[in-house]
Amino acid sequence: MPMSAPEIETLLRESFPDAQISVAGDDGVHMSAKVVDESFRGKSRVAQHRAVYAAMKGKMDGTNGDLHALALTTGVPD
Amino acid sequence: MSAQDQIQETVTGNDVVLFMKGTKQMPQCGFSSQVAGILNYMGVDYTDVNVLADDDIRQGIKDFSDWPTIPQLYVKGEFVGGCDIVRDMTLSGELDTMLTENGVSFDADAADKIREANA
Repeated sequence: MPMSAPEIETLLRESFPDAQISVAGDDGVHMSAKVVDESFRGKSRVAQHRAVYAAMKGKMDGTNGDLHALALTTGVPD
Repeated sequence: MSAQDQIQETVTGNDVVLFMKGTKQMPQCGFSSQVAGILNYMGVDYTDVNVLADDDIRQGIKDFSDWPTIPQLYVKGEFVGGCDIVRDMTLSGELDTMLTENGVSFDADAADKIREANA
């Protein structure tokens, strides 16, 4: 079951309540998200992306994951 | 041997390993082909593991690295990242540094060409 951009944003918002989040993509399967959050400060890029994938709560796991790809851009507020 | 042991053995036994969909000559997914394409173009000698050929490895690698997607790049047993991270590291030059620091040879001119092409 593909996921819409707002659905992804809501899910990410649960784990990153104060982050700047923008989600793009229109096929619901290959989507992209940008998450800028203070919690990423000092974290490696891998750690930042892992946190975002964890926030997706299994929506991407396994062959029956709703989302096939979520291209990520992460960072900390200036 | 369990999938986890098999994966552990592969990533520690080979300097550079790319778990991907398809093979380095015949990638079967856009994201896998992006990373394979970068490594091929930069002349990096790497071991490709086709996760489509073995479901245990396909799921096992995601548990191994706690990373839900394919492709996954490993250098000297360390998980480097997926397509986004490898692309960003290539464009920023971080991949050149990491390969150099780990004694992995690559074509520096080719890396520069990639950056120029994407400037």
